[in-house]
Amino acid sequence: MAEDDLMAGEAGDADGGGEVTMRLWRGDETGGAFADYVIPAQDGEVVLDVIHRVQATAAPDLACRWNCKAGKCGSCSAEINGRPALMCMTRMDTLPAGEAVTVAPMRTFPILRDLVTDVSYNYEVAKRIPPFNPRAKTADEEEAGGYRMQQIDVERSQEFRKCIECFLCQDVCHVIRDHEENKTAFAGPRFFARSAELEMHPLDVNDRRELLQKDQGLGKCNITKCCTEVCPEHIKITDNAIIPLKERVVDASYDPVAWLGRKIRNRTKRTPAEASADSPATGPAAIQSVPAAHGIPAPTRPSGDPVTVASAADDSPAE
Amino acid sequence: MAEYETHDFDVVIVGAGGAGLRAAIEARSRGLRTALVCKSLLGKAHTVMAEGGVAAAMGNVQDEDNWKVHFRDTMRGGKMLNNWRMAELHAQESPDRVRELEEWGALFDRTKDGLILQRDFGGHRYARLAHVGDRTGLELIRTLQQKAVADGIEVFMEVKVLRLLHDADGVVSGLVGYWRPSGEFVVFKAKAVVMATGGVGKSWMYTSNSWESTGDGHAMSLWAGADLIDMECIQFHPTGMVWPLSVRGILVTEGVRGDGGVLRNSDGKRFMFDYIPPMFAAETADSEDEGDKWYDDHTAGRRPPELLPRDEVARSINTEVKAGRGSPHGGVFLDIASRRTAEDIRRRLPSMYHQFKELAGVDITAEAMEVGPTCHYIMGGVRVDADSTATTAAGLFAAGEVAAGLHGANRLGGNSLSDLLVFGRRAGVGAAEFASDRHRAITLDEGQIEAAVDAAVAPFSREDGENPYDVQHDLQETMQSLVGIIRTGSELEEALGKLEVLEERATRVSLGGGHRYNPGWNLTTDLPAMLTVSRLTALGAINRKESRGGHTRDDFPKPVAEMGAVNFVQRITGDQPSGGGVGGTPSIRTISVTPEPIPGMPDELKELMEEAT
Repeated sequence: MAEDDLMAGEAGDADGGGEVTMRLWRGDETGGAFADYVIPAQDGEVVLDVIHRVQATAAPDLACRWNCKAGKCGSCSAEINGRPALMCMTRMDTLPAGEAVTVAPMRTFPILRDLVTDVSYNYEVAKRIPPFNPRAKTADEEEAGGYRMQQIDVERSQEFRKCIECFLCQDVCHVIRDHEENKTAFAGPRFFARSAELEMHPLDVNDRRELLQKDQGLGKCNITKCCTEVCPEHIKITDNAIIPLKERVVDASYDPVAWLGRKIRNRTKRTPAEASADSPATGPAAIQSVPAAHGIPAPTRPSGDPVTVASAADDSPAE
Repeated sequence: MAEYETHDFDVVIVGAGGAGLRAAIEARSRGLRTALVCKSLLGKAHTVMAEGGVAAAMGNVQDEDNWKVHFRDTMRGGKMLNNWRMAELHAQESPDRVRELEEWGALFDRTKDGLILQRDFGGHRYARLAHVGDRTGLELIRTLQQKAVADGIEVFMEVKVLRLLHDADGVVSGLVGYWRPSGEFVVFKAKAVVMATGGVGKSWMYTSNSWESTGDGHAMSLWAGADLIDMECIQFHPTGMVWPLSVRGILVTEGVRGDGGVLRNSDGKRFMFDYIPPMFAAETADSEDEGDKWYDDHTAGRRPPELLPRDEVARSINTEVKAGRGSPHGGVFLDIASRRTAEDIRRRLPSMYHQFKELAGVDITAEAMEVGPTCHYIMGGVRVDADSTATTAAGLFAAGEVAAGLHGANRLGGNSLSDLLVFGRRAGVGAAEFASDRHRAITLDEGQIEAAVDAAVAPFSREDGENPYDVQHDLQETMQSLVGIIRTGSELEEALGKLEVLEERATRVSLGGGHRYNPGWNLTTDLPAMLTVSRLTALGAINRKESRGGHTRDDFPKPVAEMGAVNFVQRITGDQPSGGGVGGTPSIRTISVTPEPIPGMPDELKELMEEAT
């Protein structure tokens, strides 16, 4: 390892980098292909740095969505070497050295151009989530000027509020990844986490269970944990959001007293055995075991042989 | 004839960060047809990156706190260049604005008795920042976003606004832009427009700002006839990441210092004790021992100098590095590892832990961070009326970072999120009232729309011109090296010369690749604003021949009383040379810079300033 580093240092330029081949998908909704760009790279860079260098030197019109470049806004989601990830948080030195780095757009959403997809599905789902509906303040709270909540009670929902809406969980979800037809009646992991956040919110008084089952397709989730696997915020979407929601929903007869009781005191999680006893409702995807890091289905949309691109002059995507 | 779609609203808000969202919620709640137009997807605006907290004198942790102390801290932090009325309204109203977020679903960290927890920050006398770990901005934007969606506000995402439009009476009455995904043009008619476009940091090489911070609102307001003030006052946040180069400039929250982190030089010395200015000496610890006691018990000692206002800390770091006492990559060390338990650090600073671990390979629970100043925030901007946020251009309102006045020459940490809420709401009220008083239908001038569209597409018909990325890179290098944290007259003059060349180069940009989601085109249409704000900053800096807050002149190292009594007001003058400026905008060579007295403070507020510390 040390020897490799040394050699890389000697072979590289003054900035301690070298050259890297970026295999980027270029095209639009009518089709496209991967194109190769051989680009200088420096130590410590992330995929987004190198994409920016491609834009600045070889392909000024390469479409790529990004904002903060610090893992806080969730804009630069893509599939890097087949794995859904943020371009700004994927260090080049974590990818296999000496091999081309493949970057493709998220497969679950329609292509706009190159690495940019139309994620409006997510914003439409968000509109259908019944908004936060708080209980009234007590007399003491009116006096104190604000609600009283204990840290331990807000932490459960705070986990889900870490979500940066990168939509990688939506991208990797089997229910919609290759099943456009499911999108109309399926909210997806991001919005199950949102509903869980509201369900567990110490102040919210709405009962969202029927809606989750009937309109948001909670039953379609096979708890394969792919969403948890790709979450850059390390939110335990399956264990802490979806499974507890499923418990609440399948709770026989939607007993309102039991529901209220759970809203008030901390709910206890069921054991994995109990949870797996839930028969996941029939979804379109086969029930799978928890996938390993690279067990996530590879993108199939981009096809064709990579095209080597030598200069900005001939980088036009295949039409 | 340019082709475009047209929308008609009462109030159109440009920018969907905290200020824009809060303004939209307010205007909508008053029954107005309200549209929110933003350059990125909803929920991605720069507000999302705010970390440490929102300042509000709620007194949940220290009940001695009240709006008067917050007002005083804000004015002192701003080196008295602030608009006193804005500082007063801000201090008075921010507690209600924070509690309101809770009613909309926000989940702040809690005190033991269940109220909103508040943390210490630089320049704030008491623990005042309501927060959620170190991701407060995310909580704020998500809460407002979800409220806006619930209220049915129409959002036009990924629209780049090019220009404000006037009606025949010269009143701002709409705007023209294009959809980034399709490249198609879009016009909004509006009875009132709110600018909430954020900052300008992207004109510097090392910045904590996202790509969106290109000063669009500053420039468009100027072009539309509005006054701008204090454009020389730029905050360099003391602690940005410095290594690896890839992440240089990314913010390291002041919360690290609020929670016990200290700054050390290469000798391991806590050097901030050498840089306590007389203005803050009475309330700052003069020994490590006293400073450390303060963390556990705020009555046992005075606050440590690591928590001085940001301008002081940034300049001190700069001096240490220049004196050869810096860290290996040109910063200093920020050490919390030796001062707090690993568990505490991970719980209170989860994003920082994550950020250093993943981007720099540094475990902040075990080793010190390397940090240095990064271009972070502009205190200057569009001149507004404190109560209504009305600009000097009729029909145009401004709130948030794009507006000036509240922060004077230096902003205190945590005061930007409260600024967004207080003045975002006031902009919503101001715009709604103005729009309600306009009864006639809006008629726009086709010529203005045609001109903006023609200028925007012109680079596609040029060949062998400039690469917009090269122009941007050279601009960033110029501003970083010549209009940075420490300035001198000769370098500022040199910067003006270089800006002139860059402005000319920007008129020669050529593009291919079509209009659909074309980042090269997006950047090309950002350049006129970036160049405009860069020139405004350089001009302001040349005129302010003193050092004050975020503006430091090597050749005038001290504050000067007469300078502290004026704002430098910049506006476009009437006589336009033929051809205009970059991208069909008014020529920025015709900017006038005028010193005008800052508003005088009423006696009862003056007394607050004079009270013992």
